[in-house]
Amino acid sequence: MIGQYLSLVGLEKHFGSVRAVTSLSLEIGAGEFVSLVGPSGSGKTTALNMIAGFEGPSAGKIVIGGRDVTHVAPNRRGIGMVFQKYALFPHLTVRQNIAFPLRMQRQSNKTRMTTRVEEMLELVQLSSFGERYPQQLSGGQQQRVALARALAFEPPVLLMDEPLGALDKKLREAMQFEIKSLQERLGATVVYVTHDQDEALTMSDRVAVMAGGELKQFGTPTELYRHPNSAFVADFIGRMNFIEGNCIENAGGTAVVRLSDDTVLSIRAQGLPATPKAGQTIKLAIRPERVRVARRGEGGSGCLAAVVQACVFVGSVHILVVRLESRPDVLLQIQLPAEGGLPFQERDAVDLLLDDGAIHLFANTERHAA
Amino acid sequence: MSGPCEVPQPAFPRQRRSTAASARFYSRGVSVCLAAPLVVALAIGFVYPVTRLVGLSFEGGSLEQHRRLVAEPLYLGVLASTVKVAFIVTIASLLLGFPVAYLMARLRHGIAMVVAACVFIPLWTSVLVRSYAWVVLLQRNGIVNTLLADAGITDGPLKLIYTQGAVIVAMTHVLMPFMILPIYSTLQTLPPDYNRAARNLGAGAFRAFISVTLPLSLPGVFAGSVLCFVLALGFYITPALVGGPGSMLMATLIGQQTTVLLDWPFAAALSTVLLTVTLIFVFLFRKTLSLSKGLHSVH
Amino acid sequence: MSTDLAPLPNRLPLIRGHYAAATFHAFAKAFGMIVLATVIGCVLFFLLLPTLIVIPMSLSETDYIQFPPSGLSLKWYRAYFSDPDWMAATWFSLKIALATTATATIMGTMAALAIVRGRLPFSSALQALALGPMIVPHIVLGVALYLVFSPLQLTGNFFGFLIAHTVLATPYVMITVTAALQRFDPALELAALNCGANRLQAFVLVVLPNIAPGVAAGAVFAFLASFDEATVAFFISDIGGKSIGRKMFEDIDFNLTPVIAAVSTVLVVVSLMLMGAIHLANAQKRG
Repeated sequence: MIGQYLSLVGLEKHFGSVRAVTSLSLEIGAGEFVSLVGPSGSGKTTALNMIAGFEGPSAGKIVIGGRDVTHVAPNRRGIGMVFQKYALFPHLTVRQNIAFPLRMQRQSNKTRMTTRVEEMLELVQLSSFGERYPQQLSGGQQQRVALARALAFEPPVLLMDEPLGALDKKLREAMQFEIKSLQERLGATVVYVTHDQDEALTMSDRVAVMAGGELKQFGTPTELYRHPNSAFVADFIGRMNFIEGNCIENAGGTAVVRLSDDTVLSIRAQGLPATPKAGQTIKLAIRPERVRVARRGEGGSGCLAAVVQACVFVGSVHILVVRLESRPDVLLQIQLPAEGGLPFQERDAVDLLLDDGAIHLFANTERHAA
Repeated sequence: MSGPCEVPQPAFPRQRRSTAASARFYSRGVSVCLAAPLVVALAIGFVYPVTRLVGLSFEGGSLEQHRRLVAEPLYLGVLASTVKVAFIVTIASLLLGFPVAYLMARLRHGIAMVVAACVFIPLWTSVLVRSYAWVVLLQRNGIVNTLLADAGITDGPLKLIYTQGAVIVAMTHVLMPFMILPIYSTLQTLPPDYNRAARNLGAGAFRAFISVTLPLSLPGVFAGSVLCFVLALGFYITPALVGGPGSMLMATLIGQQTTVLLDWPFAAALSTVLLTVTLIFVFLFRKTLSLSKGLHSVH
Repeated sequence: MSTDLAPLPNRLPLIRGHYAAATFHAFAKAFGMIVLATVIGCVLFFLLLPTLIVIPMSLSETDYIQFPPSGLSLKWYRAYFSDPDWMAATWFSLKIALATTATATIMGTMAALAIVRGRLPFSSALQALALGPMIVPHIVLGVALYLVFSPLQLTGNFFGFLIAHTVLATPYVMITVTAALQRFDPALELAALNCGANRLQAFVLVVLPNIAPGVAAGAVFAFLASFDEATVAFFISDIGGKSIGRKMFEDIDFNLTPVIAAVSTVLVVVSLMLMGAIHLANAQKRG
């Protein structure tokens, strides 16, 4: 039955002394679209391979719709999968490819099987391509055949391993939309592996960010964007500016941060985490669109003096790159709306106003994502 | 794990085997069962007979047969001339074969196919047929002698067959494809850009060849030479049919001991020596030897 | 090509010299090409001649070997096909070669699977051992097999030949199948498992169809390795069971008649047809 829940409990995978995945626990609801994102070597593909049954976990449990499949052979799990380069059988036609999983399930009723294949072809709009061989199709069409093959037997869970990696940008965006609408229509539970955080944010109900084999954060795209729980996630999801400094005080919703000898910021905001304690070195993080810019002297109190280094127009927005006067080692990116002309140019002296509510503070213990 | 710009990993990263089951590989039990029939066949048809043969040469724990071999200069002379003939055949194959391999790798597809056919047709013709052809060509009133006499170059028939020269010519013919194919498969993988770059940097055609193409083709040259040499050491059919008593090689000497003199222990000792020389050579050059290179290029 | 920066008047003689050099260069180059083409032509002629010369010889009318033949006839083919000794040897070799093809192809493919796709202890040792029969001098193997087979009455025997030729032919299968397996995308097998196929179904329905050209090439090599084999056959044949290779060897050595040319032609044609079939199958697969 399509669209079952999937739960991973304390999943581990060790290759010799390398820990590819450490204690991964995820609860994925029925019909939910979940992405696993992370840089190379983060363990996301290994996790997917364990769900598919291609790799046996070193420890932990995999449960699909109440059935413990941890030690079930891959051919008995009934999970659909779309492979990175589609893995379509080159010696079979499109129709035979889609029929393959149905044949393996010994569907006794031949006419029902034929009908099902036609339904799937129609679903992915390839009805007239049934007799072609995979290598006679374009990348996008192959992608759709792979999808049809994986969905043919209504799998409880559909796994997708970088399915759009081989396509060019335009086609990729069209396919993202197509996959998403198909998933919603069918109510399929999807686990989607990608290294592209934009793709993950666009398509997913929830995103799991992984690094070094560990789950860093699991939440909706907005949660991850607005409330990253670590400098790693903050950096990996969307664009983020970082300024290193020292925490002088952090109590009762007020944090005082020293950025340089003569620059001290006092941040007053709700929901500031208690972790960077007084005396710790910290990273102050803020999104490019949450920094306001004014001409020098017009910023008012509590602003940072900076000099514009570069202005770039990227279509939807302007990007300003500025250097802090008190901290010449820090370059910040600022996003400004594109409509109207840009009131600044290179070497302009400006004041920066950081929106208190948009500032994140992280204890400076971990590395960035990139 | 799998960004688009990652260096492609080998299909089966052996060092990354996990302790838990992986569907990427057959289980150990299945693997052993798959290999078992071949292991049994090799044990019966290869390892046991060869071991028995080596054992026979040390029959009764004595070194007598081997002592005989060392004491008689005739036998050491045969060993020396076997190595010499193998060496000459290898060099001749290299000198004649390299230009052919080069041509096959560089020519347009159509002509290259014709050249390739000229190499493959003899390769897949039975050694017996080719040896027979050399007998017919080189015999006393054979084709070569007839042509030479008709052209007025010679007065009477030359003694061509049953000489060491005939053995070398026929063996070179038989073994040359084993030289050409590894060189060809190496040259074929070299992008022509290297040569063009060298020409662009001011090297003449000859300089470009000597300083770029030739060094890069060396792996193929070595692979072909080692293969040729090793096969030449143990060759039997061709020297037995084309050679004579004056051009005895190890293999024909073993043949004579077994079929004419029926001295099996001594034949075993000779075989052991030939086997040892071959294996030492294979072991020394195991890195360069690639049996698959020649066959791969068939596709 | 000189690019010197001397003032123009001084350059003129240089340029003239340059032209002369260039003409000489072009001439030398053309001459070199002709020499190279001639050498290569001679080498190709040398390679091809012995294979092709047997064909006109087999059509000779005379009893002795003569070239060019004075008249055309098929009498040597008639002699070949009506001689019971030749026919017995041919059928014996054909039976052995077909059986060897079957055993070597199956065993070689299985072993290649175990080596490439399996977890095999001593995998590289097995690989070296299995390729050993290609390297060990065949005369050594022939003598060794005779010593073992003779007391067991396996000389001149179908099963004796089958064992010997399987050992000799399997390396060819292993080499071609290993190469095909290394080109095969393992994700396809995982995809088959994912679709619900078990290991055997995945192999039969997905792996095998994709490595089939390699297996077929290996089978053809195995057939020829057995059918054309002469050295080991020389030792393990006897009066009761003689392979075509042994029969030919004897006749070339003792009784040189144009019948051998006819037999040779048959062997050449069989080899070329098989190799041609493999080539066409591969070309079709690619095209």
